[in-house]
Amino acid sequence: MKKKRAVPSKVYMAVVFIFMYAPIVLLMIFSFNNSKSRSVWRGFTLKWYRSLIHNDTIIHALEVTLAVSILAALIATILGTSAALGIFAMRRRPRQITMNANNIPMMNPDIILGVSLMLMFIFMARTMHLQIFRLGFLTLLIAHITFNTPYVILSVMPRLRQMDQKQYEAARDLGATNMQAFRLVVLPQIKSGIVTGLILSFTMSIDDVVVSYFTSGPTTETLGVIIFGMTRKRISPEINALCTIMFVVVLLLLLLINYRELKVNEEEAQE
Amino acid sequence: MKTTKAAAYPYVLWLILFTAIPMLIVFYYAFTNEAGSFTLMNFKDMADYSIVFFNSFRLAIISTLICLVLGYPMAYAMSKLGRRGRTAAMIMIMVPMWMNFLLRTYAWLTILENNGLLNAFLSAVHMPELHIINTPAAVGIGMVYNYLPFMILPIYNSLEAIDNSLIEAARDMGCSSSQVFTKVVLPLSIPGTVSGIIMVFIPAVSTFVISKILGGGASILIGDLIEMQFLGGTYDANMGAAISLVMMVIITLFTMITNKIDKDNDEGSVLMS
Repeated sequence: MKKKRAVPSKVYMAVVFIFMYAPIVLLMIFSFNNSKSRSVWRGFTLKWYRSLIHNDTIIHALEVTLAVSILAALIATILGTSAALGIFAMRRRPRQITMNANNIPMMNPDIILGVSLMLMFIFMARTMHLQIFRLGFLTLLIAHITFNTPYVILSVMPRLRQMDQKQYEAARDLGATNMQAFRLVVLPQIKSGIVTGLILSFTMSIDDVVVSYFTSGPTTETLGVIIFGMTRKRISPEINALCTIMFVVVLLLLLLINYRELKVNEEEAQE
Repeated sequence: MKTTKAAAYPYVLWLILFTAIPMLIVFYYAFTNEAGSFTLMNFKDMADYSIVFFNSFRLAIISTLICLVLGYPMAYAMSKLGRRGRTAAMIMIMVPMWMNFLLRTYAWLTILENNGLLNAFLSAVHMPELHIINTPAAVGIGMVYNYLPFMILPIYNSLEAIDNSLIEAARDMGCSSSQVFTKVVLPLSIPGTVSGIIMVFIPAVSTFVISKILGGGASILIGDLIEMQFLGGTYDANMGAAISLVMMVIITLFTMITNKIDKDNDEGSVLMS
């Protein structure tokens, strides 16, 4: 009975996976195509990768993307971990309110987040004459931190809940200062959640298009914004090459996260 | 750890500065005109765009339903796999999800465009060519493709959490396979299904990237409308804010109504997969 049902369901799963992967695989194959055509194969080439490297706009956008992603991930991780610790220490009611507020940037569509931040920045810069809020790198960074931090909190929170509270109390009883107890007892136990949050933030920043589209200035456009601009005009196979590289990078990061989680789970199973 | 409550204050401040205040500014713009005086004209003028709202909702609802119809069986099949199989299937669902969604949408452009891969294939097997690109159908395909994982994962999580002994008990009591499904599995998978519907509908109804790339300006959605007010040819921040506000209200209502189906929603577990 079980065997009989397994065959059609496996076929169905295969069909869904083909639907999910075929477009990506095709895109990657055509990044090596020796022709501008995106449907006829004219032999293998690496020329799109080469012209990509010499494209100053793309290289500059890549630098902006990496800078904002690394900074936003680091700041969001510190802000979010600290917030998770604080929220964890709160009583039920304020904790629920803060967690619900924390959900707002996640539940709001990207476009609303982007538009509302952009409006505020413009308002600050024009009406309040606060020139630091003119659309540029800083506004981009603020926007990225805003959408990354909720995810850091959600990665760290479960680790805090799993943590043995008594160990912290024991450390304090034995004379550790609050800071020492945090560093020696709490931090090692929530470290995996922090690292997951960091990597998650980084991948989300790299991936973002919509929020960056509204909050970046003309000289600080991210890769996503540049690609979006290119897909609307004449499309070059360089984008295929760029997408292939980005896919491989994200895939590696994802494997890294999963490898970490697998290792953490195994360690826990052994304990 | 009583002393660490203050550790949350920087983030609370951040939420006020960069989430609450921007929302208030959207409110302010929505209810004022260019000169800064109070008006309701923005909302009145929005009636001109009712067709855009209608089209957006229709497309988002259809895409959400297709995702549900495709995603539920997929999640169900995944939950029936062995331990290793389930982990592998999960990762395979997530890989494209973590990838740049522009890339995924762009991949469909290369397939669906008039001299694209689909038509190259069709003409190779002597079939008539299809013109899908720049139609609402192309946008719908893009939505289903991009958001299907958002449907599969929460449903899968709720299916996987079902205690097997419940299913066995139902069998022992004489339930047929279909009865087990309708009386035990389906009700218990409602929370995941509700999350899935919300997580597909919200990005689908608010997207402008997919419609720009695959719709080619032929099918304008609410997202495009908002984008046009701010960065497009017709700059009107007040109108853009008003449309954003209406979209926010609609999405909040939709989320609340959908969540009503699933009552135990503590600490906003909707997004946790």
